[in-house]
Amino acid sequence: MKNSLSKKLQDEQKRIEKIAKDLGLDFYETVFEMVDYKQMNQIAAQGGFPVRYPHWRFGMEYESLSKSYEYGLSKIYELVINNDPCYAYLLEGNSFLDQKLVMAHVYGHCDFFKNNQWFSQTNRKMMDQTANHATRIRRYIDRHGIDAVESFIDCCLSIDNLIDRYSPYSKVKVDMAERDKDYLVQSDIAQRKDYLNKFIDSGVNKKDENNKENETIRNPERPEKDILKFLIENAPLEDWQQDILSILRDEAYYFTPQGMTKIMNEGWASYWHAKMMTEHICSDSEIVCFADTHAGTMAMQPGGFNPYKIGIEIFRDIKRRWDRGQFGRDWESCEDIREKANWNTKALQGEDKIFEVRRNMNDVTFIDQFLTEDFCVENKFFVYKFNKKTNQFEIDTTDFKAIKSKMLFQLANFGQPIIQVVDSNFEGRGELLMTHLFEGIELQPDYMQECMTRIYNLWKKPINLATVLDEEGVIVRYDGSEFKNQKVNEMLSSEKKE
Amino acid sequence: MGILEDHRRFKEIIKGKIKENFKKYITHEEMIGKREKEFVKIPIPKIKIPKFVYGPKQSGGVGQGEGQEGSEAPGKGEKAGDKSGEHQVEVDVEFDELAAMLGEELELPRIEPKGKSKLDSSLNKYTGISDVGPRGLHHFKKTYKEALKRNISSGTYDPDDPIIIPIKKDFRYKAPKLVSKPATNAVVIYMMDVSGSMGNQQKEIVRLESFWINTWLKYNYKGLETRFIIHDAAAKEVEEDTFFRTSESGGTLISSAYKKALEVIESDYPVHDWNIYLFHFSDGDNWSSDDTKLCVSLIKEKFAPVVNMFGYGQVESKYGSGQFIKDLKVHFENDDQVVLSRVKDKTEIIKSIKEFLGKGN
Repeated sequence: MKNSLSKKLQDEQKRIEKIAKDLGLDFYETVFEMVDYKQMNQIAAQGGFPVRYPHWRFGMEYESLSKSYEYGLSKIYELVINNDPCYAYLLEGNSFLDQKLVMAHVYGHCDFFKNNQWFSQTNRKMMDQTANHATRIRRYIDRHGIDAVESFIDCCLSIDNLIDRYSPYSKVKVDMAERDKDYLVQSDIAQRKDYLNKFIDSGVNKKDENNKENETIRNPERPEKDILKFLIENAPLEDWQQDILSILRDEAYYFTPQGMTKIMNEGWASYWHAKMMTEHICSDSEIVCFADTHAGTMAMQPGGFNPYKIGIEIFRDIKRRWDRGQFGRDWESCEDIREKANWNTKALQGEDKIFEVRRNMNDVTFIDQFLTEDFCVENKFFVYKFNKKTNQFEIDTTDFKAIKSKMLFQLANFGQPIIQVVDSNFEGRGELLMTHLFEGIELQPDYMQECMTRIYNLWKKPINLATVLDEEGVIVRYDGSEFKNQKVNEMLSSEKKE
Repeated sequence: MGILEDHRRFKEIIKGKIKENFKKYITHEEMIGKREKEFVKIPIPKIKIPKFVYGPKQSGGVGQGEGQEGSEAPGKGEKAGDKSGEHQVEVDVEFDELAAMLGEELELPRIEPKGKSKLDSSLNKYTGISDVGPRGLHHFKKTYKEALKRNISSGTYDPDDPIIIPIKKDFRYKAPKLVSKPATNAVVIYMMDVSGSMGNQQKEIVRLESFWINTWLKYNYKGLETRFIIHDAAAKEVEEDTFFRTSESGGTLISSAYKKALEVIESDYPVHDWNIYLFHFSDGDNWSSDDTKLCVSLIKEKFAPVVNMFGYGQVESKYGSGQFIKDLKVHFENDDQVVLSRVKDKTEIIKSIKEFLGKGN
């Protein structure tokens, strides 16, 4: 169904690849394929992969992509997959110039995928892996029917954001798949002191030992943010359900770094496509058309937030500052505005610095370190909030610190609440207790209840969630038929009385 | 392709054929953006998978644009109070395209204007091509193309010396084509109950419905006129703007509006030359059953024989829904000209438009 490139584009690809390499970009082999818009929409709807398991939400994405394409509202220019080799798709019918632009942009992404440390733990054979997942899930569908399997997937999708985004990096060089296997048994044993071993291994089956321990020791031992893993290991699931849940977890972890580095990744790719296009690729007659397309991509809509624009500007700013030596103690301590404006030590470290930044950082650290007040002022950033009295969103402040902290808050954990499992035997009745780490913003109540009923479907015993509703600490309990909110204060005082 | 199967399943969920419990996550959006500049939003149905999330109103965010502290946040205004707004794509769309989309989405039949044969006017347009004709109508481009084709196929074309000399066989001429241009005229008369029980929400529904009905009719008839009548216990004709803004507190005599509409038709729109559409929106709380009887006889004797369609939309208000639609139903259940539709709330507008326009009258 896919076509390889025309001779002309192949030549161009070779040329651009060489330019990219000469500029210092480093990437896996990159395979470009030409697709028509239907194929492009399909691949995009499936998260970039040509083969995914059957699920209606891919159909939903497909519908909205197709419609907005057919009505001429938008089209996807490029699509690139973090894989070895990298796969990238070009849209049939785009102008020759656009195709060149996309190729230059794609090499930026490929370099980022390969070298940014947050991608270091991702599966580089994900293309095969998703196809494998699809086969497994299709097999379950053949056996259990589409309705059962799809409903189960629906259920899991409601909680597929409940993973521990930083966990793949905390353990040094542990293969994810390996680590997940028999996780409890292995880690428990590894943590035991040597002198205890003789007691443990003395004739008692390891598994039994483990089960016994679970009765006395709290499970999980420490609060667990990776609720998916916890459920895979502890919920009363059938084998196929367990497998599906772990498939979804795998995929959630695979997509995580892309969310963690959205601004940087797009900024990096844009930085390099702009440099390559203007300095090496475009002919004189193409430059205006390029500028037009480029400007379209970088435009900030009122109220919007364009990661391409923010990313590229920050990278350029870093390059400029480090080229002129505007960093370090001398720079920081200088208070003369004029001197600062003309500061130029000819350090020329900009190039090294941006490569270092692209290796080590993610959006949170990137914004934290390099977002400048000037940039916010220039682009008219503001923090908005909802005003209950006027029933509209209003500009709250244009203060730089507030903007930055709001941005960082939205980027940390993708602006999603952090929820962890605390106890799997709450109140001694095998109920599940989760806590929401409250950071000043309450959960949306109807969605919260929906998610709890879905977790109940997996756990099959009552679910408790400690959170804050209407500015009061509550434990919300769902027992399979109804919700009960108990205020934490009241619980504490009634315990005292007893 | 697996995606088509996924797509089919998604469609079935949207239509409520499978997974009925998903209905509450389907986002139904208002379809209209700005009316004057003909900005619209295109509804793209989506199903939101519930997750643990922060409420959007609580969290706020970072945006960008002009404004002072305390002023409305740019780009956020229209979304206020409607969290489902984030799925919409806002774009410029040509009026005709919009109508075409509407027709396609709702699978509306094209309207067959009545009296077509009578009103057709035909004229000659030189859009055809012929291989014989007078020199004055010589079509240079087509001729050149033919000559080029002949040269290439016979192998005499030389890219280094690309001279093309047409021979007699190559010459093409503009030719007249008979184009029939329907000179159809249509008028829509909107009537709305503005009595005390019709609140802002009800009027909003009427406004949206009439916008879409207008869009569709304008697409089907080149010269569309609109007239507006409001009524409580008495009726008067008003400007479009007033139509949507007026709020009276009186009671309801529906026949007053019908009489007024009849006056308008009789004075301005000879029934043989005009396609006439009447739409009436009310919450259905007519004062007296005598008046309802009068309305029924007006529709039966005066409207039904001459109009393309008489549409009655009953909008439910906080006082519930009145009796009027039931009374009409008794008399016009099987009448093609009279279409009745009940609109509970905003989400039913689309369904109601389909009821009105689905017949292709």
